[in-house]
Amino acid sequence: MSAILPPSDRLWWKQPIDKVEWAWIGIAFVWGMIMFGMMIYWHIYGKQNLSNEAYKITPELFAAKAEKFIDENTIRTETDQHIPVVRVPPGGDGYLIARLWAWYPILELEEGQTYKIHLSSMDYNHGFSLQPVNINIQVIPGYEHVVKMTPTKKGTYAIVCNEYCGIGHSWMLGRIYVK
Amino acid sequence: MATTYRTCPISGMQFEDQAEKLMRWNAVAGVLWLLVGGVTALLVILTRWPAIKLLPADQFYLILTAHGIDMLILWILFFEMAVLYFASSVLLRCRIATPKIAWLGFWLMVVGGIITNVAVFQGESSVMFTSYVPMQAQPHFYLGIILVAVGALLGTCVFFGTLVVAKKDKTYQGSLPLVTFGALTAAIIATFTILSGAGILIPTFFWSMGWIKEIDAQLYRMVWWGLGHSSQQINVAAHVSVWYLTAAVLFNAKPLSEKVSRFAFLLYILFLQLASAHHLLSDPGMSAEWKVLNTSYFMYFAVMASMIHGFTVPGAIEAAQRRRGFTNGIFEWLRKAPWGNPVFSGMFISLVSFGFLGGISGVVLGTEQINMLMHNTFYVPGHFHTTVVSGTTLAFMSITFLLVPVLFRRELILPKLCQIQPYLYGISMGILGLVMMGAGTLGVSRRHWDMAFSGAPFQYEWPGAAYLMMGLTGIFGVIAVIGGGLWILLIVGSLLFGKKLDGGKVSDKPTPIPANTQAASAVAHGSDHVPVPGTVILALLLFVSFVLYYFVNWKYLSEVWLLS
Repeated sequence: MSAILPPSDRLWWKQPIDKVEWAWIGIAFVWGMIMFGMMIYWHIYGKQNLSNEAYKITPELFAAKAEKFIDENTIRTETDQHIPVVRVPPGGDGYLIARLWAWYPILELEEGQTYKIHLSSMDYNHGFSLQPVNINIQVIPGYEHVVKMTPTKKGTYAIVCNEYCGIGHSWMLGRIYVK
Repeated sequence: MATTYRTCPISGMQFEDQAEKLMRWNAVAGVLWLLVGGVTALLVILTRWPAIKLLPADQFYLILTAHGIDMLILWILFFEMAVLYFASSVLLRCRIATPKIAWLGFWLMVVGGIITNVAVFQGESSVMFTSYVPMQAQPHFYLGIILVAVGALLGTCVFFGTLVVAKKDKTYQGSLPLVTFGALTAAIIATFTILSGAGILIPTFFWSMGWIKEIDAQLYRMVWWGLGHSSQQINVAAHVSVWYLTAAVLFNAKPLSEKVSRFAFLLYILFLQLASAHHLLSDPGMSAEWKVLNTSYFMYFAVMASMIHGFTVPGAIEAAQRRRGFTNGIFEWLRKAPWGNPVFSGMFISLVSFGFLGGISGVVLGTEQINMLMHNTFYVPGHFHTTVVSGTTLAFMSITFLLVPVLFRRELILPKLCQIQPYLYGISMGILGLVMMGAGTLGVSRRHWDMAFSGAPFQYEWPGAAYLMMGLTGIFGVIAVIGGGLWILLIVGSLLFGKKLDGGKVSDKPTPIPANTQAASAVAHGSDHVPVPGTVILALLLFVSFVLYYFVNWKYLSEVWLLS
């Protein structure tokens, strides 16, 4: 009779399914398809899709590309540590290094411009968490992720590291300016 | 091997001697790990509570690693071994296959668990539950987990073997009971899970020994989640089986349709493992097509399966209650359910929390684009505390209130406290999950020691609401720890001091499950169909909440920076 005994009807697979159960299965199925369609719809019409552009790269090579970018575009330095503030050319490429335990350098962007931001890690996994916008992207060593971003509002933004990366994880804070 | 069979006078269930001892030892070991996990939970909560911030950073990350391992792997796996032996040997009324191998598996799991804990508490292996490379733990950290996995695999094989024994000894006729079928799906998923785990942890162990130079960080994440997520699917299949078990024992409830429930379990096997892709949605190394395919087409079939169980479990209870005469209105069956029985109240809170909180948040979190709003935020642990804790742990806790008299032959002590425990634990854990998800929605990071970022070159001030949510996380976290501690106290107290109960008749031979009479078969042929309007209303409520919350998050997403 019950769920802890063998089915009382030995040919249980021939029993008809009740209308209500069919209806619920139908709802669940259609809803699944809607959710499936929604992701594709957003890829076509939505304005927030994570970039597919990624390359395998060594930390040394990425650091060299980032240093070149920083040398060419630094406009000033900030804080006691003289962290360079780098103006990313509108429509151009910017590099952001994640390492123990800092985001380097500070990027300066313009509202409404689109940038290709290259993300990679020098050591462990890190988490790019742009606050207070709340965009979160995994940063993995050995992979260069090219994310196209268009800031929609002026301000000073923080990059929190939200992938655990060791004892200094909690002070790994970076900055992005949007002018 | 000579063995004996005891027929429990309370439940009528039959316990084979070896299986009974295995279940007891596994359950007790699970409870002890829960105790360690609970102490670490309290320390984690008191550190993340901004007003208290108990531990220094290094100890916090150590304790958080221990909490993940002891709860997600050890407590749950040991208890699941007991569930597997119960669903095979007890429900099929047969001897357990190769008890010596089952004991070997048990001791491997014990030794492995201890080794990994030693590694963690030595302080050089604070790499979190996920142990993402290239961050490296001590070799024995990985070795311990591998031993646990091998032990669990042996236990799973004993379960399969026991099904064969039952078939060969003809202790039942026809098909497996639904609960055993559900446990079988859990065991099949477990086999896949453990093999994925071996596929990544053995190379990682070699790497920590210096025998392998490098492991690709992205590849690690992909294969590791074949272990990390699939193991949660074992939990889902196991706790759904426990829901059906509870409904059957308390209400003599039978599934609305064997076909539908079994089909839903099958969907778990076919599609759930692929859903582990949703941990990689914000990763660089996979294409959007891969992400969409794995999280939607595949995962939504698994979601469908959970939605089906979410309907058929309360539906089965409603139908059984209506047959008993609770037919007034739409909800008399539910109002007059045994809310004072912790076996029922715990199971029902588990069902509702898993569906409304865990299920909905999980699907939203697993949507490719929306994931960017929540990836690695406090939303993630908020979500899985409503699935694996409110869902799985609470279901296991509630069925233990049944197992104490039946399996351990002890009367429960302090019955009034037993009555309130599921409410205290279930409700506080549900609220805890909600406020954690609230903090995550505001951006607060998971696995993070310091919301004030002291030592950072810049300042960032979280919104006041985020601090409020973290304060509430602290308060409800502490209440939940008290609720969990109360359960351990009640269960361990009952095992030690509860009145001893009569074990029942002992025999040398198993008594097979009696075959169905012709009359019973005739009744089963649809003539006793009962409509379940209350369950329909509950299901529609779930559906409406689901749709609203899903689209609210698309709205949030549309407001952030443009990304392509």
